[in-house]
Amino acid sequence: MVFKWEWVAGLAKGLPLTLEITFTCIAIGIVLGVLLALARVYGNRLLRLLTGGYIQFFRGTPLLVQLFIVYFGLPNWGIKLSAFVSGIVALGLNTAAYQAEYFRGAIQSVRGGQMLAARSLGMSLPQAIRHVILPQAFRLVLPSWSNEFILMLKYSSIVFTVTLLDLMGQGKRLASRNFRFFEVFIVVALFYLALVFVVSQVLRLIERRVRIPGLGVEGEGR
Amino acid sequence: MSPLLRVEDIHKRYGREEVLKGVSFEMMKGETKVVIGPSGTGKSTLLRCINRLTPADKGRVWLEDEEITHTRTNINKIRSQIGFVFQSFNLFSHLTALGNVRIAPMKVKGMKKAEANRLAMEELERVGLGDKAGAYPAELSGGQQQRVSIARALAMFPKLILFDEPTSALDPELIGEVLEVMISLAKEGMTMLVVTHEMGFARAVADEIIFMEKGVVVEYGPPAQLFTRPQHRRTGEFLNKITELYGETD
Amino acid sequence: MIESLKELGPFIPGLLRASLINIGLFFSLITVGFAVGTLVALLQVYGGRTSGTLARIYEWIFRSIPALVLLFLFYYGPPRFGVDISGFMAATLALGFRSSAYQSQIFRGAIQCLASGQMMAARSVGMSRVRSIVSIILPQAFRLSIPGWTNEFSSVIKDTTLAYAVGFNEVLRTARIIMDSAYELAMLAFIAVAVVFLVLTSAGNMAMGGLERRFRIPGLQMPGSRSED
Repeated sequence: MVFKWEWVAGLAKGLPLTLEITFTCIAIGIVLGVLLALARVYGNRLLRLLTGGYIQFFRGTPLLVQLFIVYFGLPNWGIKLSAFVSGIVALGLNTAAYQAEYFRGAIQSVRGGQMLAARSLGMSLPQAIRHVILPQAFRLVLPSWSNEFILMLKYSSIVFTVTLLDLMGQGKRLASRNFRFFEVFIVVALFYLALVFVVSQVLRLIERRVRIPGLGVEGEGR
Repeated sequence: MSPLLRVEDIHKRYGREEVLKGVSFEMMKGETKVVIGPSGTGKSTLLRCINRLTPADKGRVWLEDEEITHTRTNINKIRSQIGFVFQSFNLFSHLTALGNVRIAPMKVKGMKKAEANRLAMEELERVGLGDKAGAYPAELSGGQQQRVSIARALAMFPKLILFDEPTSALDPELIGEVLEVMISLAKEGMTMLVVTHEMGFARAVADEIIFMEKGVVVEYGPPAQLFTRPQHRRTGEFLNKITELYGETD
Repeated sequence: MIESLKELGPFIPGLLRASLINIGLFFSLITVGFAVGTLVALLQVYGGRTSGTLARIYEWIFRSIPALVLLFLFYYGPPRFGVDISGFMAATLALGFRSSAYQSQIFRGAIQCLASGQMMAARSVGMSRVRSIVSIILPQAFRLSIPGWTNEFSSVIKDTTLAYAVGFNEVLRTARIIMDSAYELAMLAFIAVAVVFLVLTSAGNMAMGGLERRFRIPGLQMPGSRSED
């Protein structure tokens, strides 16, 4: 087996795209996920049904299929998105469905008595949600979101199937050129291992900074 | 003088069971009334119907001359004038004691932060917890948490405070500190409606005791009268039982 | 729209047949994942220090490397060393070992959740270590793991489509081929695949739910289980 140092430089060219895609889709996921969760918890029947259907679809079908629907399928309906935008849209819509469920769980685990207390002080429902429920829900959901971030970091690799040159895409390109698929992908694997490790540590640090004594998922944070 | 609180013929049903079967009474400013009765007689429900945390099926409630139960009433504005102290404290877990007390004045009344801070510190000191302003609820004992929740209610300068079994969830040694605060509030002239088993408290500061059973008011009157010469046999029975269980503290 | 549906008609049997391949891959890789996962979990809980650490490293590696990379490694790796394996086998191993890392975590959580008192009680009536594990710990741990497995299996059945990337002839590739021959059918073809998976995941969830109910023991539950994809 032969390994070449120049591969590292070649593969590293794909890093910015991998990170960019991950961050963007997670950002979309957070915003959309929170909205979906709020609709599920506080919305009327129709809203709850619609958001439930959305979540069911995106959690029940494969990510790769969702990507293909956006990139290859939408043109049938006259919507042509670039590979990059398709990737972000598909990944973003997907992670939003999962994040919506995590956030809903977090909202519902903020004890109901606190909502009563907020209303009894004269806060309106939106005020109570904004000042009492959400601040706590955001902290409670952090571990799940960290998890999801790492997950998306790994799943971002699927965009190479629509010829994007992220870390995975660069790997495929490099390997095709010198036919050393196995060796090249060992290095790709090492890249991902390092990436996941670094990101995990950073996320753990953030979690620790935001921690409030007594505020944790049952059995944690005490 | 017109009453501060008027409760008229409140009915509430949960599923098949009617928990409140027509409860009426009045409260004047400065009065302290204690509601007692066997568990499940709807005492807590009554309190929640007063500030509409639970909507009553029938009946009306007035705070001074505003009808709380009217559909057009701004319920948030009414609630900001009525304090509510819960059995399980219900402090906001993500805020410090100071944060808990100042949040309503800031967000509901629009008070500026500096002023709200000052007010919150005052109220915390009033309940004896000035030094715990920076502590989170999880770092406080039950008695301390309940006192913070009283301070939280006081910070809104309520016309009336409703207490829903405020000491029932506390360890015995911690009950005293909360009752102390409540007694001094009563003596300072706060209008209070308290659901409790603490007879010592009732005997010390209650102007009237209301005995409820099976969703109706059985009897009411000054503590001395109810203890020594109750009109109904049930009243006497119940009071004896309570005194047996909870002792003759005061 | 309706005409396109009719156009898709002749392709549907092919799609359904291809789905069977995904299902086949699913079962084969789950078996690998289960066997290896259980072993790794037991090693971590009951093994010595070295095997415990090795098991932990194994878990970390297979959870941190993306599935696609693993697929490529198992597909192109063996030939380099003179071993010839089918695409199906490569996918089974790649996704199977990956799943084993997740399953081992689920199972380990379940074992650790059982009060160590169970082990002590078993030993105190004279059972050997192995017998205690087999007769007392494992049966309970399996029951506790069912919710976690439901998540994992749901995740894995969807990931079988990733085998597309190594040219494997499963349902997504079949849909792609349809698209290549009739571009206007692209959306419908992929929606069809999506529907197939919706059915599969729903059926799977129901089956697991039934399993959970059948094996439920009152009082035996994991505290606040979190869903991990």
